[in-house]
Amino acid sequence: MKAHYKRFAVIACTLLMLGFGLLYSTRKTLNVSAAATGGITGTIKLDGTPPRQKPIDMAKEPNCAKAHASNPVTTEAVVVGPKGGLKWVVVYISEGLDAATASQVPSVKPTWDQKGCQYIPHVMSLDVNQHFEVANSDPHSHNIHPMPKPNGANHEWNRSQPPGTPPFDQVWAGEEIAIPVKCNIHPWMHGYMAVVKGPTAVTDENGSYTINNLPPGNYTVTAWQEEYGRQSLKVTVAAGKPATADFTYKAK
Amino acid sequence: MNSLKPTRFISAILFTAIPISAILGLVFAAAFAAPASAQDVPELGPKTHIVIKPMESHIGNVTGHAAAAKSDYRRYCAGCHGDFGDSNGENTVWLDPKPRDFTIATFKCRSTPTGTLPTDEDLFNTIGRGLTNSNMPIWNHFTRQQRADLVAYIKIFSPRWEKEKAGEPIKIPDEPPVTMESIAHGKALFTKLECWKCHGPHGEGDGPSAATLTDSKDNPIRPYNFAAGGNDSRFKCGNTNQDIYKIFMTGVDGTPMPSFADVIQPNDAWDLVHFLRTLQVNRHGKENEVLSAAHGVIPPYVDKQNTNPAPAAPAENKPPGGGN
Repeated sequence: MKAHYKRFAVIACTLLMLGFGLLYSTRKTLNVSAAATGGITGTIKLDGTPPRQKPIDMAKEPNCAKAHASNPVTTEAVVVGPKGGLKWVVVYISEGLDAATASQVPSVKPTWDQKGCQYIPHVMSLDVNQHFEVANSDPHSHNIHPMPKPNGANHEWNRSQPPGTPPFDQVWAGEEIAIPVKCNIHPWMHGYMAVVKGPTAVTDENGSYTINNLPPGNYTVTAWQEEYGRQSLKVTVAAGKPATADFTYKAK
Repeated sequence: MNSLKPTRFISAILFTAIPISAILGLVFAAAFAAPASAQDVPELGPKTHIVIKPMESHIGNVTGHAAAAKSDYRRYCAGCHGDFGDSNGENTVWLDPKPRDFTIATFKCRSTPTGTLPTDEDLFNTIGRGLTNSNMPIWNHFTRQQRADLVAYIKIFSPRWEKEKAGEPIKIPDEPPVTMESIAHGKALFTKLECWKCHGPHGEGDGPSAATLTDSKDNPIRPYNFAAGGNDSRFKCGNTNQDIYKIFMTGVDGTPMPSFADVIQPNDAWDLVHFLRTLQVNRHGKENEVLSAAHGVIPPYVDKQNTNPAPAAPAENKPPGGGN
């Protein structure tokens, strides 16, 4: 019995050490420098053929069908720019933030607009307790229905917003990546709100992003894409120019 | 002739098989016992017991205790809502709409704003009233104490009840008298707020978005049909005018029905209630009396207070057929 136990322990330890070693060696470590507060920039790309996005038929809402008559809209789950840049990827700091930076809440109040039966933006990243506005630019009603996961700090709600209603001021109480948002009247409307602590950004149509206001230090940067999930990189931010963290997702 | 009789053959097999399997069993036990004890394998498999937290409910002067409802819950509720409150009872597969999942603590019938927990009274009333158009029966043969205990029991399933208080119930002003003006204004609101997109121009649950509606668990769900049913027709969350007021002002959480509290003024909400009653075409009530006195014609609403009327909604934005 004792011999069995010993042999098992030795094998387990060796395997664990090998595993950690492998993990550590495959993680890229990037060393760059910045000023008193630094930042991280980068480009996120998609490797391979992007999945076809389905066209959206808005015939049930004539206002919107008319608005998009000349440039039909498609789903936005995977949006790739001309140079392979991946749009709508949330980038945030998942490790290494000091308490002061993590608890800072930006005073900027982003707008989540409902326009032409689409969410503008399709993906928004926010700080915990950061105020944002829900607006309706359309000449008809929407119901705004975010569905956070149950029993967390955030709760599902569902509000009607007829045309001409002043924007609703809202906040999210806890970190969550990401809260799906839908409109039940227009079932094709889908979007995500990513709630994170600390500085965050969403990639543009070139797949580029910039995270500002980071004190120098070692961080883990994580990217989240609605279809492809998360990826992380270790980054060292120092005084001088911003650090770089590029990600590549493989097309499924 | 037969050198081996059948009975002897079986006993021969048994005599050899039993010792062999016993030896094999011992060998396997010896081989696996040591690693198993060294590894501390976590216990897997389905949940086998439920911890009854000391939750309480307060309904007037009655205090409900979760522990007191254990047998009632198991006998009357668990069949649909499940032993663990997760809506996975043995009957659940047959039910549409699905029973409430108490583990996520999202409730349809509330007097509190959307996204908040209901009051104890809200849950107490739901149990006593049942939910029309669903399989939730009326449990009004339970004593007040039994129902209060069950309200407390529901709270053991979600941690939300330990972290949060119920929302602040919305304020409902006194109901103004039913007049044709009130009904006409209600009808204008029904059009402007686009209730008809789901409920249909005549409230028959057949609006353009009705077919694609799903609840928060992605199960298809139907908008309420006001015209179905007769004098005894009920709403999901009650049958008084106050209940209708609460339904659209607080929303039916977990379903596509949103809250209109941000966008309807309290007195306007009463006008909408009066109009909604006229959609219940087979129901005898004050609203339908006023309507039939006017030969069933609702005049267009003229806003007397507002000298600068809002521009009319675009033609595409009106219900086909134009309502009543």
